[in-house]
Amino acid sequence: MGDFDFSVIWSSLPFLWQGLQLSLWLTFLSIIGGIVLGTLLALARLSGILPLSLLAATYVNLIRSVPLILVIFWFFFLVPLAIGRPIGSFYSALIAFVLFEAAYYSEIMRAGIQSVKRGQVHAGQSTGLNYWQIQRYVVLPQAFRNMIPILVTQGIILFQDTSLVFVVSLRDFMTASSIVARTEGRLVEMYLFAAVVYFIICFSGSMLVRSLKSRMST
Amino acid sequence: MISIENISKWYGDFRVLSDCTTSVKKAEVVVVCGPSGSGKSTLIKCVNGLEPVQQGKITVDGDEVTARRANLTALRSRIGMVFQHFELYPHMSVLENLCLAQEKVLGRNRSEAVARSEKLLARVGMEDHAKKYPSQLSGGQQQRIAIARSLAMDPIAMLFDEPTSALDPEMIKEVLDVMIELAQEGMTMMVVTHEMGFARKVADRVIFMDEGAIIEDRPTAEFFDNPESERAKDFLSKILNH
Repeated sequence: MGDFDFSVIWSSLPFLWQGLQLSLWLTFLSIIGGIVLGTLLALARLSGILPLSLLAATYVNLIRSVPLILVIFWFFFLVPLAIGRPIGSFYSALIAFVLFEAAYYSEIMRAGIQSVKRGQVHAGQSTGLNYWQIQRYVVLPQAFRNMIPILVTQGIILFQDTSLVFVVSLRDFMTASSIVARTEGRLVEMYLFAAVVYFIICFSGSMLVRSLKSRMST
Repeated sequence: MISIENISKWYGDFRVLSDCTTSVKKAEVVVVCGPSGSGKSTLIKCVNGLEPVQQGKITVDGDEVTARRANLTALRSRIGMVFQHFELYPHMSVLENLCLAQEKVLGRNRSEAVARSEKLLARVGMEDHAKKYPSQLSGGQQQRIAIARSLAMDPIAMLFDEPTSALDPEMIKEVLDVMIELAQEGMTMMVVTHEMGFARKVADRVIFMDEGAIIEDRPTAEFFDNPESERAKDFLSKILNH
């Protein structure tokens, strides 16, 4: 103890930065994909068309009952089998994240859609807008706006979850830190540094959520 | 113009409308009044199919609203509706509120829609507020914009569902003035309201409802001077003498 060498962080910064970029990029794409697919699932669930809403509900409940790491594994092995060629661990992880997160985002968007007053739908209907136009121009923008803080919170969780991609040997920030830690023999320094970086990013996210909430309540 | 024949509607076991029959002719103004829970708002929402009915037939300008295969979106685009709580789209500016359905439903291009919107905003005295958002406006201003939004679709008839009952007293007049002007220009109107001054001034007929049924349906002067039913007399004495 007492023999720490933090210079190892400085010298491996470019390598760690590459890992962080992958984490952030994967988070960003998964959030976009998850929200788009999640919104479609929420619409299906609220459509009032029984087979459609049943299908969406089944999907959401199924995905929410399995661990993420399992889904990441599935797609790593299943997608190449299904399409007959390897697609690389980044894309298989991305697909897994989008499909997994969509289940959670669909619940958020469902609550958001239900938070829009029924009168708004009536207003749209009374001017002759059809179902899709009402969703597109009237309901979803308001649902999305109402749910932004929760969507961001889910994004923070998603960012932390991207560290699970080490199971398919993707070099994200956590994996990169781990590699440096082991090759340089500086476990304590590197894992401490990784924790600080995760903390800064996630805490900034939480602060953002808090300020969004207070701005929305005024 | 609007014909309502033997309409009945249930929420589960509860009958909200029972066997209502009436009609509104072109350029006629009909006020629907009655105690709360009497079904008047439900009745008016049936006219453009916002509320489905289980029995009876409604036609507007010859098109059957209650038909199984009715093209409701096309029908609704021709009937304006104004709501108790305005229901402006809060995430859009006043101008966007007016333009949306003109562009998406009527297929007007941007400049046509803007021109029509500006004309109507001027008509309701709101031309200086086109860029504002609903939350920046008073209730009376919002309701006048909601009226303009409906008029922008060039409707053949207008439905009003308690347009002034969510307003502060000092704002009621500005909304009623717009409605009176509209009535005097010959718009076909069906208005659910407790504003008996408005009814006396512009209504051709008054419909009085109670417990889901139409109790009286008579020319305005007759209704006020000589209500037939005890329930209407009771209702009038409650809302006129205070």
